[in-house]
Amino acid sequence: MTSGNSPLLELDDVVVEYPGKGRGRKPFRVLHGVSLSVAPGETLGLVGESGSGKTTLGRAVLGLAPVTRGTVRFEGRTVSGLGKRERRALSKDIQVVFQDPYTSLNPAMSVMDILTEPLLVTGVARADAERRVQKLLDHVYLPQDAARRLPREFSGGQRQRIAIARALCRDPKLIVCDEPVSALDLTTQARVLDLFIEIQEATGVAYLFVTHDLSVVRHISHRVAVLYRGDIVETGDAVQVTERPEHPYTKGLLLAAPVPDPQRQAQRRSERLKLRAS
Amino acid sequence: MLAFLLRRIAAGAVLVVVVATATFLLLSLTGTDVARNILGETASASAVAAKSRELGLDQPLVERYWHWAEQALQGNLGSSWFTGDSVSQSLTDTLPVTLSIVLAGMVIAAVLSVALGTAAALRGGWVDRAVQFGAVLGTAVPSFLIALVLAVTLAVRLGWLPATGYVALGTSPGGWLRSITLPALSLAVAATAATAMQVRGALIDILRADFVRTLRSRGLTTRSVVYRHALRNAAPPALTVLALQFIGLIGGAVVVEKVFGLPGIGTLANSAAVRGDAPVLLGTVVVTVVIVVAVNLLLDVAYGWLNPKVRVS
Amino acid sequence: MTPVDSVAPAASAAAPERDRLLRRSLRDPVAVVCLLVLALVIAVSLGAPLLTDHAPDRSVLADTLAPMSATHPLGGDGVGRDVLSRLLYGGRTSLLGGTLAVLVAFAVGAPLGLVSGFYRGWFDAVAGWTVNVIMAVPAIIVMFVVMAAVSQDLNVAMIVLGVIMAPMVFRLIRASVLAVREELYVDAARVSGLGDARIIRRHVLPVVIAPSVIQATQVFAVAIGIQAGLAFLGLGKASQASWGAMLGDAFTNVYNAPVLLVWPGAAMGLTILASSMLGNAVRDALGTAEPRVVRRREPVARKAAAAVAELPADRLLTVEGLRVAYGEKTVVDGVNLTVARGEVLGLVGESGSGKSQTAFSVLGLLPYEAGVTADHLVFDGKELLALDLAALNALRGRGIGYIPQEPMSNLDPCFRIGSQLVEPMRKHLGLSRAEARTKALDLLERVGIPDPERVFRSYPHQISGGMAQRVLIAGAVSCDPQLLIADEPTTALDVTVQAEVLDLMRSLQQERHMGMILVTHDFGVVADICDRVAVMQKGRIVETAPARQIFASPGHAYTRMLLDSTLEGGPARGALHVPSKPVKEVTS
Repeated sequence: MTSGNSPLLELDDVVVEYPGKGRGRKPFRVLHGVSLSVAPGETLGLVGESGSGKTTLGRAVLGLAPVTRGTVRFEGRTVSGLGKRERRALSKDIQVVFQDPYTSLNPAMSVMDILTEPLLVTGVARADAERRVQKLLDHVYLPQDAARRLPREFSGGQRQRIAIARALCRDPKLIVCDEPVSALDLTTQARVLDLFIEIQEATGVAYLFVTHDLSVVRHISHRVAVLYRGDIVETGDAVQVTERPEHPYTKGLLLAAPVPDPQRQAQRRSERLKLRAS
Repeated sequence: MLAFLLRRIAAGAVLVVVVATATFLLLSLTGTDVARNILGETASASAVAAKSRELGLDQPLVERYWHWAEQALQGNLGSSWFTGDSVSQSLTDTLPVTLSIVLAGMVIAAVLSVALGTAAALRGGWVDRAVQFGAVLGTAVPSFLIALVLAVTLAVRLGWLPATGYVALGTSPGGWLRSITLPALSLAVAATAATAMQVRGALIDILRADFVRTLRSRGLTTRSVVYRHALRNAAPPALTVLALQFIGLIGGAVVVEKVFGLPGIGTLANSAAVRGDAPVLLGTVVVTVVIVVAVNLLLDVAYGWLNPKVRVS
Repeated sequence: MTPVDSVAPAASAAAPERDRLLRRSLRDPVAVVCLLVLALVIAVSLGAPLLTDHAPDRSVLADTLAPMSATHPLGGDGVGRDVLSRLLYGGRTSLLGGTLAVLVAFAVGAPLGLVSGFYRGWFDAVAGWTVNVIMAVPAIIVMFVVMAAVSQDLNVAMIVLGVIMAPMVFRLIRASVLAVREELYVDAARVSGLGDARIIRRHVLPVVIAPSVIQATQVFAVAIGIQAGLAFLGLGKASQASWGAMLGDAFTNVYNAPVLLVWPGAAMGLTILASSMLGNAVRDALGTAEPRVVRRREPVARKAAAAVAELPADRLLTVEGLRVAYGEKTVVDGVNLTVARGEVLGLVGESGSGKSQTAFSVLGLLPYEAGVTADHLVFDGKELLALDLAALNALRGRGIGYIPQEPMSNLDPCFRIGSQLVEPMRKHLGLSRAEARTKALDLLERVGIPDPERVFRSYPHQISGGMAQRVLIAGAVSCDPQLLIADEPTTALDVTVQAEVLDLMRSLQQERHMGMILVTHDFGVVADICDRVAVMQKGRIVETAPARQIFASPGHAYTRMLLDSTLEGGPARGALHVPSKPVKEVTS
């Protein structure tokens, strides 16, 4: 928990609205005043179903979604509503790994170009940048010759490793992970999650980990926040939220996820039907 | 739907006003002395001044514009500087000719493009390659070059169809059809080529779509899947392309009319352009834009009718 | 593999892509011929003074319609000018005009399209509206006005034409930029701290260049055509020799000397064709060509000559020795499986294991390129391999129902949901329209849709994903099939919706005693609904066993590995211990 340390990221009553289509239409409110915090080195799992606003919340932190009301603070400084130039300066500290490993890498650029880009923009010499990229590839367990290849030559899991390496380029303090393992196969999913944990333990980076999957969130998070239709309905310790949830929505969510064991699943099913009936 | 229509009509009206105003201003920019131009080098200075007064050219620009706009709203588009003929009357006389060949061209293009595009998408192989090659040729070669070839071979050489002249529909339906066949065909080539490629591409995509597999899984016949479901889905994008072609068809008609000696608005505009007859040119521009707006409106309605996402929302 | 260090560090990825494009274009003989034709036209036009002594606009009365001769290789025209000279000098007019139009169209259209697409907002709105105004009037009529008002010079006219054609460029560039802008990698670049200018240069421009080249060839061809049209109609200065004016002159003499039409017509046709076919060749080289069509026929699996063995009475489906290949690549490699009546078989595997391909083979629903063979595909006593298309269609939907993965993309967007349900029932069950309607409404109610009447009348885009999946399930069971094939039926759904859909599938399956093949990657779903499980890896079934046994004591190492990878029920990470170490560099 945040014991003693001041939070790294703080969201205070954040509202995100998109303008309605056509003139005079009511704006569409995706987040209705969300507050949460992430401590340095911590993983906050953000769970929700489609339409809950979880991806929008991540994008608001990244400055890719408009914060209509409330504030996003990073290291105590308000970063919502910054100008383009100031926002760019933040890119050193806040990074991202997206869900889709196929569209998040420019298909026309080599892995080396993709990974050196964030470094070169800050004026690092190319030779230094390339040395650093080689080390990064090691850290995400990609072969050395990966640098010269194009993204399409890699599998989904490997592409996600490239995306992780890009996020790590400039030693950020926070990485927003938007469903980074949802598009991956089960075995790959486990390996990529373990890589996330390994990196966190080595570097002390914090994650805001957005996902729809309670078992993923349980595996990687220290704390969990549950988002339902633009509101946070429950926040707490990962063990507690994924085992003994308090909010009825979280309870339903937990019971709806099928477990890989016929007997326990039959039990879970009857519990769920009971909960629904009540 | 009604609100949508009204909005489109209003937008169309604004478009007509903007284009008319811009054209008026552009035509007023001409540096030459219009009255001198009309009367020729030998005319006396006083005669030129009198002509200028007669045409209202001595008035300030804004006044002339208001006068023209006022009259135009009442359906009077002024008179030719050179012949004195009423522009509205000239347009009424020539419009049926142009509309005949352009609309006939659109119908030919619609029918042929669906047939060719479907054949290419379904048959593949040499049929597909032939259609694709034809489409490249068809879109590239200007319609008046095609018209010249058709006129020289089919009309002048072989004498199958008249090489020149227009027969009004009211006078003789058969003659009308014979007189517009070659011009309409020449115009239809480019529109057919572009639309056929759209139909082909859309059909190929749709036949690979998930819902087509599901339709087949339900045991529906190939005929129902292709001709009822897939073609229906290919129709909206094809219509969009066809609508874009309409403007091109009017442009093409201007030159094609000359090849076939048809007294359409293209011929009218052509002689006006050569002489610098501003009121006639202005009139043709206004009428052309009105027609384009009207046809686009019709196609919008058809598009909405074909595409449930637009119709019901 | 050469060590990475030896890679030239300055090489950016976009450059080799572009070089490859050029080289690939040059390997295409069509492109080479087009380039040669254009080069020839350029050469003879520029070299006109060397190739002929005649001035293009000098008329000699005696040479009127002169025949071909040594002094006038192509003869004289209607007013006694040398045809060859006019042809060569006319080429200059066409090439210059086309080039001017292309340059102006791109100079105006490209930056505006870039800004409009990238920044959207009011600028985009204004630019879009202006473009609509320009495009509402046929270009040639605008040219009439301009030439009447401003200048009769064809070159001035072509500059104006460039402006009129700028909207074509504008729309293309704007659409390309809009598409790139939505890509996640542009978001990633933004988060990486790249400014707009750099994002445009690195991520947007490379995407725009190739379509621009293609567009330029089209604009060039169209401009030459319009210029010729104008000259043909008698506009332009008499001193400016042009192919269009030649055509006009030839046309007035069409009865006396039709051959005069041939030279300018052929020159113009060739130039225009070479230009646009060159564009097409570039498109081909880019790989963005129109997709090739594989000849459309239903893939019918080939049958090996083996007799059907005696099958147990409750056997619904028998698959033996199923192989699916795409060219050289085998994706299903000798699969055997069976489904009994009323039994749910889970077909489990990771992506690329061939599980969906196996399921589709049973329905004969694989893409046309697939090569399907099997020793046996026996459904309800019928050898599916022996059926013709009509017989297969009689079985699809009627004997075997299919539930797809993505609810929204599996309903025909142009038809009401009711009509999509009614059509198969009328075909298979011979129901009248009214009977089918009643049955469809009952079905919609059965699958848990609250307002069947409304959904019956709705289009697919008007209902939610969960609702659409219920509609698809209703469609799958509408003709009372004995076997259901469900391909990842809940993967695209939220967990809460997934649970309800699984409940529905289970109850329908039990109520109607249907057999079912459930393709999934999720062992939770398997545990929820399956009686037996077949585990697939790389096109083969590695293990088949009752569901309880698979979970309790998996037999195959691969099954064990899959089960071990599930996070469900694993230990939680626990609370964060106060970070003892400061944030440090990965590489330190």
